[in-house]
Amino acid sequence: MVKYVLRRLLTAIPTLFVVVTMSFFLMRLAPGGPFNQEKGLMPVIKANLERVYHLDEPLWKQYLYYLNNLAHGDLGPSYVLPDFTVAELFRVGLPVSMQLGFSALLLALTLGTFLGVIGALRQNKAADYAVITLATAGSTIPTFVIAPLIQIYFGLTLKWLPIAGWNNGAFLHQVGPVLTLSLPYVAIFARLMRGSMIEALRSNHIRTAKAMGLSDWSIIVRHAMRGALLPVVSFAGPAAAGLLTGSVVVETIFQLPGVGRYFIDAAINRDYTLVMGTVVLIAVFTILFNLIVDIIYGFIDPRVRYE
Amino acid sequence: MKTWLWTALLTSAALAASLSLAAAEMVYNRGANGDPQSLDPHKTSTVEEANIIRDLFSGLVVHDAKADLMPGAAESWTISEDGKVYTFKLRKDGVWSDGSPVTAKDFVFSFRRVVDPATASEYAYIIEPIAGAKDITAGKAKPETMGVKAIDDLTLEITLNSSTPYFLELLTHQSAYGISEANVTKFGADWVKPGNMVSNGAFTLAEFTPNDKVRIVKNPKFYDAASVKLDVVNYLTAEDRSAAMKRFEAGELDSNNDFPTEQLTELKAKLGDQVRISPLLGTYYYIFKSQKEPWSNPKLRHAISKAIDRDYLAEKVWQNAMFPAYSMVPPGVAGYTTSTTDYAVAAQLDREDEAKKLFTELGISPEKPLKMELRFNTSDNHKNTAVAIQDMLKPFGFEVTLLNTDGKTHYSYLEQKGDFDVARAGWNADYKDPATFLDLGKTGAGNNYGEYSNKEYDDLLSAAASEADPAKRMALLSSAEAILMRDLPVMPLLYYSNHSIVSSKIKGFEDNVMDIHPSRFISKE
Repeated sequence: MVKYVLRRLLTAIPTLFVVVTMSFFLMRLAPGGPFNQEKGLMPVIKANLERVYHLDEPLWKQYLYYLNNLAHGDLGPSYVLPDFTVAELFRVGLPVSMQLGFSALLLALTLGTFLGVIGALRQNKAADYAVITLATAGSTIPTFVIAPLIQIYFGLTLKWLPIAGWNNGAFLHQVGPVLTLSLPYVAIFARLMRGSMIEALRSNHIRTAKAMGLSDWSIIVRHAMRGALLPVVSFAGPAAAGLLTGSVVVETIFQLPGVGRYFIDAAINRDYTLVMGTVVLIAVFTILFNLIVDIIYGFIDPRVRYE
Repeated sequence: MKTWLWTALLTSAALAASLSLAAAEMVYNRGANGDPQSLDPHKTSTVEEANIIRDLFSGLVVHDAKADLMPGAAESWTISEDGKVYTFKLRKDGVWSDGSPVTAKDFVFSFRRVVDPATASEYAYIIEPIAGAKDITAGKAKPETMGVKAIDDLTLEITLNSSTPYFLELLTHQSAYGISEANVTKFGADWVKPGNMVSNGAFTLAEFTPNDKVRIVKNPKFYDAASVKLDVVNYLTAEDRSAAMKRFEAGELDSNNDFPTEQLTELKAKLGDQVRISPLLGTYYYIFKSQKEPWSNPKLRHAISKAIDRDYLAEKVWQNAMFPAYSMVPPGVAGYTTSTTDYAVAAQLDREDEAKKLFTELGISPEKPLKMELRFNTSDNHKNTAVAIQDMLKPFGFEVTLLNTDGKTHYSYLEQKGDFDVARAGWNADYKDPATFLDLGKTGAGNNYGEYSNKEYDDLLSAAASEADPAKRMALLSSAEAILMRDLPVMPLLYYSNHSIVSSKIKGFEDNVMDIHPSRFISKE
């Protein structure tokens, strides 16, 4: 098991290298640079800025600089937010995104699987239709519609929640963003769980369990759910990577200091180092959570063995 | 026993009430439609940053609530007869927030820092009129050769290349603010961080969380601290304008410097006078590629200009959040008379008749259409404007194609003098002077994207630059603008406006053409 994890972590290095290399050169294909703006800079000043950030040197040299810095754990300075390094921006933003993302993931997993099981047990009955309706709505209504609706209803009408802002992570300030973030995932988890649960309930070992006179509770929780969780777990990996690294829509509408906005802002601003930083961040999270998912597999499904 | 209990309760309640009264801070939650990129006055470029830095620092000369000049870190100054040497007397009670005195040496350090190529200040050109500045920025001379000198601790002498009548206006820009040399020496690049930064303005920096807020608190050591009413100002990033409106309604924001203009009617009905629209020194314009056929013909440019219904653009496309423009320099600069195109006051129908006549003379008609490519940077409003203009020109025989690219691509293309027919641009004044707009048409200027070149125009600008008499200078600039409007290499469409939303509880937030509202003059009921 330890050997397996180590081997997976080692193979992650070439993957990361390919991701970094491709993004570095692809990013430079976009016209313009960090210092093009409505009020054009004087050529002398632009040249000074480019010299300070080594942008005047040949691209391959810049690439080697970047790789070298990255190997030393240095993500570089942000061009557009010069008071901060990329690492500092992540240090401030990542805990915010992760806190929200983790709560949203937890909510989505529990509520989603619960609803999925209910749907499967009451297949083609009112409760099932309610679950399907919610699942369809949750995955089709975009977050940029849900977020303002939450703001208007819970903030302006009922006055239960603040409209926006982080306020150093105060509980009420997290409710709206977590609800918005989790809703689409609740829907997906519920759908996945419902489907695999229906299948599991029809399988032979469940029939055997029923014939042996086991209690309903034991059949559902110990035997059916365990197998039915597999698709949910495999989707939870990428879902976690996505949720924990923030969402540009939710962070913009709820005005949160997370890292999700940097994905878009940095690209629009051609803030090269920040773009690279976010790419590395997402890649690392994705690799890590896929690994975690594979490990969890082993615990749930006895057929999976690590060699 | 009971009486004793009551007395105790009442006393403690009264005590608590008085304590909470004493502790009631005046907090101004100020929404900003963007995040500051940097709080280093010498490395900033955006309006959001300027607003915050203006509260943190006090330049030699500052703006009051109406954006008129008033003494800042300097209590007085004298200007030599030839207009080239400025001698500033710093105030004796001027101190940094750590208690150390603000000295002329700090300003010498700061001016040198701005022009030093190693600082790579985007706005180094603001203090370019100072002797030697240009060569230093270009790396041809050492920062020490700059024309700034500390005569003594409180006397600063600045020598300019030539008389620059708007030099005091330039000094109100954050690039010309002084920072503490000792502070920068102590912390290096980290001097801008909360806890490290010392400043000499009405407020000091307490917190800066990107994409969240900048919290500044009253500086008790500020020379005019007695008249500063606010204890705390929270600059809250509110990029999503609709969400900002909800925050305003819920009382989370006391003001916001933007609102969704498409909601103007509803907002006015709901919020009344709290919705504010006033003229700003900014122009929204289209550029013609001046040297390229057929756009090189001023007659064609004027015909197009006449065919465009600016009232429609202002009212329908921009919901009255912009004003129709017929001059490059917006109205509102004291002492300056704008030169407009000669059809500025004509009725749109008459203009269109004239346009039709001109197009016929030029051989353009729906049967013999002219192709025109219109470039603009991504924004719903820019797109709507371009689409409206496309429609307006169609009946005259124009086949307008729209080319939309993101901001960085758009401006890098224009800067590299890429080929185009017509392109969108905008300009907001950094300082209250017509020259900032008129320089856009100067031969070889970096922002002269259409590559317009007219010697007569350049000569008038040069003559104005060396004219010491302010009235004569303004007259020269006005004649220059008349030439620009005669040739029309740039076609002004709209003037920008300030559109902000300000709670009726906020006092001292005065509308002005620079959209400048220093927090030191603001209070909250």
